[in-house]
Amino acid sequence: MTVLVIRRLMQSAVMLLAMSILVFLGVFAIGNPVDILISPQADQAEIARATAALGLDKPLWEQYFVFLANAAHGDLGRSFVFNEPALRLIVQRLPATLELAFSAMLLAVVLGLPLGLYVGLRPDTFLSRLIAAGSILGFSLPTFWVGIMLILVFAVWMGWLPSTGRGATVSVLGVDVSFLTWDGIRHLILPALNLSLSRIALVIRLAAAGTREVSHMDYIKFARAKGLTRGRVVRVHVLRNILIPIVTVLGLEIGAVIAFSVVTETIFAWPGIGQLIIKSITVLDRPVIVAYLMLTVFLVIMINLLVDILYSVLDPRVRLAEARA
Amino acid sequence: MSTFAEEQAREDAASIEESPLRRLAADFFESKLAAAGLVVLLAVVFVALFAPWLSPQNPYDLASLDLLDGRLPPGSTSAEGLVYWLGTDDQGRDMMSAIFYGLRTSLAVGALSSIAALVLGGALGLIAAYVGGRTESAIMRIVDLQLSLPAILVALILVALLGHGVFKIILALVVVQWAYYARTIRASALVERRKEYIEAARCLALSDARIMLHHLLPNCLPPVIVVATVQVAHAIALEATLSFLGIGLPITEPSLGLLIANGFEYMMSGKYWISFFPGIALLVAIVSINLVGDRLRDVLNPRLQK
Repeated sequence: MTVLVIRRLMQSAVMLLAMSILVFLGVFAIGNPVDILISPQADQAEIARATAALGLDKPLWEQYFVFLANAAHGDLGRSFVFNEPALRLIVQRLPATLELAFSAMLLAVVLGLPLGLYVGLRPDTFLSRLIAAGSILGFSLPTFWVGIMLILVFAVWMGWLPSTGRGATVSVLGVDVSFLTWDGIRHLILPALNLSLSRIALVIRLAAAGTREVSHMDYIKFARAKGLTRGRVVRVHVLRNILIPIVTVLGLEIGAVIAFSVVTETIFAWPGIGQLIIKSITVLDRPVIVAYLMLTVFLVIMINLLVDILYSVLDPRVRLAEARA
Repeated sequence: MSTFAEEQAREDAASIEESPLRRLAADFFESKLAAAGLVVLLAVVFVALFAPWLSPQNPYDLASLDLLDGRLPPGSTSAEGLVYWLGTDDQGRDMMSAIFYGLRTSLAVGALSSIAALVLGGALGLIAAYVGGRTESAIMRIVDLQLSLPAILVALILVALLGHGVFKIILALVVVQWAYYARTIRASALVERRKEYIEAARCLALSDARIMLHHLLPNCLPPVIVVATVQVAHAIALEATLSFLGIGLPITEPSLGLLIANGFEYMMSGKYWISFFPGIALLVAIVSINLVGDRLRDVLNPRLQK
């Protein structure tokens, strides 16, 4: 077990370092931010001063090591546009994104699990076919398309729900959250649904396939033979056995949800890190781009690592296979 | 009524004449939904290929646009009697023509990037399976690393690194997709490699390149074809997403995603058609490709065959 954790940690560290080089080199290669930040009337001396102030006159490798040393101290540079530490900009907006992401994950479980169980238990009813077809659509439709349709139907035509911003927020331990006010919840529904749609489809598929497999097992037959109610068989014997793969896949999806919130946040004007990165890419705000990419990659790698370890704790078969490898 | 024996005899006779391709086609068309999907897909490809001849207007010839016709609802007529069946955008551009041209761009970028990813990923996957050893573990480690990152994140990194432009977006899409092909082709090549015909080819002292391309590759193709159809749909969706976010194709090559983005700001005021119809076109393209891909997977999967 310890060997597994150490090996995974090393892999993650190497990957993070590789990403930092790639991101740094790549972002360095695009455009000169001085051209954008300084007025076109500026003379040579002024340009040179601005370049030196941003540290852009040093050789590339030196800039990288300065970047790396600072990154280790939690300093990922100052935003050229906001003139604030890039990391602080991102950390300020992170709660909004996380709130959205976790609401989406919650919806995926709350809606996907019952629907998937139903499809798995009664695969031949009309409703099951409808749900299965819907889950295929949920997989193949681009998130931004679904978002636009949600706005069109629920905000423009029906006028039921707001389509931009977070609404009223409440400060909990210094962090603003939306889900504690009625207005905030109304603002949260559409973006969360949008972000969760493909995840709902995923849970439906996994739950349906798992249920179909498990319901032929002897222990289910035995549970029914000893006279347990149908509800109890499903809740205790089916559900528990299909949950491990679903929890694992959903865990791995958290990273994807945070990354995909770029799309949802842009459509619903949700003030999270996704909206920030798109704006930063269009104005070439290098430190923010680098900080966002590093932080997101870091989050994704850490989540994958945790899920991997958790999975092998939950399922001894995986642990044994890993130990042999 | 024919007897069972007669039917059996007819089937036997038919199976002698049948080529594998014809049997595949017959299997494919057993599903009405997939057949409908294929018809729609062919129609979409036809429209994309012949957009300049089918469009009532050249949407990017500024001389033919009339700003006074801007944001007209579907079914309006222009001063010259041209009917805007799907309305016009803010520039007075006929939406139907814009969609035809947009479909052309979207499909071209999706197909090109998938083909390039297929060639790159296929070659690396084949080499990994055939050569084995260090080469294999190096290639597969990169594949694993990349697949552990969400596609949109990889695309964002690349767009941030490379910047805009048609070629750069295609490159980004190739990088996002190649790992899927590499993994698929390696999996089937690993199975095929152990079979006797490969051994026979080795005994004939054929070159490695020849064995890989003429013997191994053709036998690994079926699963790759399935992955390729689904990946084209993914590539189209991802390109549309990037273009919608304003970090995809440039304004000079308007794809469906860009058309949708252009109409987005007018949607709140009820002018839905500028976004809605390009969205429907995108939906039709993606869903029809997926229907065909799903059916191909069932037909080509030897485990499901009778």
